Amino acid sequence: MQPVATSWFFYGLSAVAIVSALMVITRKNPVHSAISLVFTLLSLAGLYLMLYAPFVAGVQIILYVGGIMVLFLFVIMLVNIEHNLREEQFNKQWLVATIATVVLGALFGYVYYHGKGFFPAAVPPTPEQVNTQQIGMSLYTAYMFPFEIASVLLLVAIIGAVVMAKKRI
Amino acid sequence: MPQWLQSVVDYVTKSNNTPGWYADPVASAIWALIYIILIFTGVSIAVIAMNWLERKILAHMQVRLGPMRVGPHGLLQPIADALKLLIKEDIMPDQADKVVFWLAPVTIVITAFTVYIVIPFGPTHAVTDMNIGLLFMLGVSSIGVLGIIMAGWASNSHYPLMGSLRSSAQMVSYEIAMGMAVVSAVLMTSFKGGGNFFRQIYGTGGASVGTLSMIGIVRAQEAQQTWFLFKFFPLGLIAFFIFAVAMVAETNRAPFDLPEAESELVAGFHTEYSGFRWSLFFLAEYAAMIAVSSIAVTLWLGGWMRPFASLHGPNVEIPNYWSGGAIDLAFALVPALTFFVLALFAFIGTVRMPKHRAFRVQTIGLAGFALALGFIGLVLLEPHVRDRVQDIFWFSLKVAVFMYMYIWYRGTFPRYRFDQLMHLGWKFMIPTGIAVLILTAALGLGS
Repeated sequence: MQPVATSWFFYGLSAVAIVSALMVITRKNPVHSAISLVFTLLSLAGLYLMLYAPFVAGVQIILYVGGIMVLFLFVIMLVNIEHNLREEQFNKQWLVATIATVVLGALFGYVYYHGKGFFPAAVPPTPEQVNTQQIGMSLYTAYMFPFEIASVLLLVAIIGAVVMAKKRI
Repeated sequence: MPQWLQSVVDYVTKSNNTPGWYADPVASAIWALIYIILIFTGVSIAVIAMNWLERKILAHMQVRLGPMRVGPHGLLQPIADALKLLIKEDIMPDQADKVVFWLAPVTIVITAFTVYIVIPFGPTHAVTDMNIGLLFMLGVSSIGVLGIIMAGWASNSHYPLMGSLRSSAQMVSYEIAMGMAVVSAVLMTSFKGGGNFFRQIYGTGGASVGTLSMIGIVRAQEAQQTWFLFKFFPLGLIAFFIFAVAMVAETNRAPFDLPEAESELVAGFHTEYSGFRWSLFFLAEYAAMIAVSSIAVTLWLGGWMRPFASLHGPNVEIPNYWSGGAIDLAFALVPALTFFVLALFAFIGTVRMPKHRAFRVQTIGLAGFALALGFIGLVLLEPHVRDRVQDIFWFSLKVAVFMYMYIWYRGTFPRYRFDQLMHLGWKFMIPTGIAVLILTAALGLGS
């Protein structure tokens, strides 16, 4: 299926992502920040869809929005919000922040103007019907080792969390 | 009919009848629009009907009459309720977080209805067919939890907060068990028979390639000539059981309705909501119930397939013992017969109405209802309509069984305590789910 009005969708989704990302750091109320983050993550999922990666988009929604953000909000709800509102929002670290921003901006600029060689000119998108199957194939054949290492890392994190939370096991 | 209109109609009808028609942009856009309108009205009517049925069935289970005043047997009660809710004052608590308070019911309704775009009511009756269909459904319905949390927090009140804390803990726990059951069903799509069929339908896929597409999952059951409920007996049955329990917990219904336990939390997360906003929560709850039931039907009960369906395909046609001319016809007549029986009940009700002036309007109304049901039955007898609508009928019938079960649970089971709920979820359902998944994979090695 030929994509329709691609650039408009791209600009719309990017605008939503950027504006809500800004709101994540400017809102004083942590719950408002978390909800803005949900919008950022959803528009990122839309961008993945535009890159012909429906599986990644689906996983983005199910893991980040449905899983991680729910736990974020769960924790934030238990925090005393009124105490947070009176706290100072920004640390006095503008010098470090400026340097980091300038370096990152320079990197972006360099990639934008000279980065043609980094990426292949045009990758034919995989047909929609086999996208998930191909991810499965490459995950369990070519990238088997990193995949297993990542799962062991997650297992360590789970056990670590249980050990830290419970004194007596 | 003008020439151009005729050609458009031909184009659209033809494209809807051929497999893989979703690849055609214009036709799929037109059909998507039609199905969205149909589903929206259909689900809204189903929610209204559920509202009435739930009160009536619960009442009969408790040896009461239930609503009897508005219309014959209280048939118009849901309409009266809807009017009351719309006219009611919409109160927003003074200390509530205005934006989030408004955003919560909207989020829940949007997610509850977005899920419907991948539900296959028939081989071609769906808004769209996605490669990630099932993943999409689970993902979007998991956003619904956010709505409940937002509602509880924004109310700035104790009971709602407690309710939404309970609800998020409960839904996150049961999502895992649900995922295990779902993955074992998805694994079954890759077993023998499925692969060949996908090659014919999509032109892709090897001998053992599974699928997440909702239509593909039903196709796989068609190709393997079994509902996944009966596959590797009793493994499919156990996975289905886990899903059936987890889906009741996911929709916050009895006996897992702790987030809105009346005896402890007033009304849980929507205590502070009233009027129109509360009715949105109500609508979303029932829409979500229908949606998860449709997932269960699609994954384990053969979706749109009638019982003992033969294998239909573009290049293959494998009949079984229960198919062939006469039996196919008999099954095709069931939808019309169902409506005739309903019409008969309504007609008997009309005859048995008290012969008194005060009941005249009600009697005429019930007779009109009986006539309408009979007319729908007659339309369903027409061969073209019969062929196209059969799938939708069988799908809806299976979903309706689940909806009845929801009411039945509510009428019979006492509410779980929170620690019992967590115990059941984490110590029984998840280990069983993992065991079923491993055993399914082991049994599938040979095929």
